[in-house]
Amino acid sequence: MSGVRVLVGTRKGAFVLTSDGSRRDWDISGPHFAGWEIYHVAGSPAEPDRLYASQASGWFGQVVQRSDDGGLTWEPQGNKFDYEGEVGSHQWYDGTPRPWDFTRVWHFEPSLTDPDTVYAGVEDAALFRSVDGAQTWHELPALRTHRTSADWAPGAGGMCLHTIILDPSDANRMYAAISAAGAFRSDDAGESWRPINRGLRSEGIPDEAAEVGHCVHRIAMHPARPEVLFMQKHWDVMRSDDAGESWQEISGNLPTDFGFPIAVHAHEPDTLYVVPITSDSHHFVMDGKLRVYRSRTGGNEWQALTAGLPQQHCYVNVLRDAMAVDSLDDCGIYFGTSGGQVYASADAGDTWTSIVRDLPAVLSVEVQTLA
Amino acid sequence: MIRVVLPAHLRALARISGEVHLDVDPPVTQRTVLDALEARHPTLTGTMRDHTTKRRRPFVRFYACQEDLSHESPDTSLPDAVANGTEPFLIVGAMAGG
Repeated sequence: MSGVRVLVGTRKGAFVLTSDGSRRDWDISGPHFAGWEIYHVAGSPAEPDRLYASQASGWFGQVVQRSDDGGLTWEPQGNKFDYEGEVGSHQWYDGTPRPWDFTRVWHFEPSLTDPDTVYAGVEDAALFRSVDGAQTWHELPALRTHRTSADWAPGAGGMCLHTIILDPSDANRMYAAISAAGAFRSDDAGESWRPINRGLRSEGIPDEAAEVGHCVHRIAMHPARPEVLFMQKHWDVMRSDDAGESWQEISGNLPTDFGFPIAVHAHEPDTLYVVPITSDSHHFVMDGKLRVYRSRTGGNEWQALTAGLPQQHCYVNVLRDAMAVDSLDDCGIYFGTSGGQVYASADAGDTWTSIVRDLPAVLSVEVQTLA
Repeated sequence: MIRVVLPAHLRALARISGEVHLDVDPPVTQRTVLDALEARHPTLTGTMRDHTTKRRRPFVRFYACQEDLSHESPDTSLPDAVANGTEPFLIVGAMAGG
């Protein structure tokens, strides 16, 4: 029977939530790596029992964990992330140059075809790859050394490479997004990159339409239509129909277009999900109500989804890597909050239940659909 | 024999309990003790000091014999009581936060 495994990273450990295809009853294991920050846990599409977890601590730095049995057991892997070649500088918050300095892995993106190949997006922003199951890491330096990179500056959470998307129709094409540099595309498997930020407008930077400097929070793609991208920017929800060459705003009737995650329905490429957040100075949902907004029209027309979600006295946030979908026939949607709740919908967002309510603050949610 | 006491998170990472006992050829210094510790438990590499520069991570401290040795040169000899195993070499996660 089919099943679902939800991989949850929190401020104080990782949790693995499993259910059969009904998604009614859940087994919860964890905390794994108790007390450590788990920015992301990701499974290999090619070998679902192969998981990678980013385990970090302000005291003891970065650890990379790997499981080969779906999260039952874990083994530490290589944690040496050295930038390639001469390490230049980027802008610091005060405008002064600051040398690149590795802090942590924000996001793992396993290869679509090879369980031993996995990409890591790190802070300070750079892209690394392992081809030996995370034992050793090597930077793909063309992104960090892009001609614009001396002008990149960190967002409030640090200068992180938080989004990596591999094009399922073209092994050479990949996307990356950096706060607060913007979105980038490679058409040669990471050997070179170019900014893809035309159409973005960000009021917080001197040139609203600058080539780089946009605080992109998250990009999502439907695998059946890889040239179409959806973006939750700091403010504004955006869409590109040409692989990022140009972007159009699709915020439409959202009550606020600030937010972090964005996700696409597994079977409906024009059905999107966002979680509007009051503002960049109020990192919690509006009016004390936790509402997921769904568009069935590829944007602009949005519907609030509230059934089963708290509609009073709720002041949580949902971070950029904390929403995901399964690919069962009735698409499941999952997200985790800063209050430690993990919510699930087994009917594409119409109704919601909490799988678990009192975890540490949730940093990331990934979902695996198991055969 | 050198006795090393690790903080709880690093004991969990290395899957050990209690003290770590190491044989370290003279000179017994922070560097030689940490080299031996990382050789015994490679998963600890990078968690106490930088992989490449070998600089102590900012929130990791080294204590022994009621003294904070964190700012000593890594090549300074550790106290005799550590070198002869009378006292442990303490690796500590600094109190930080609020």
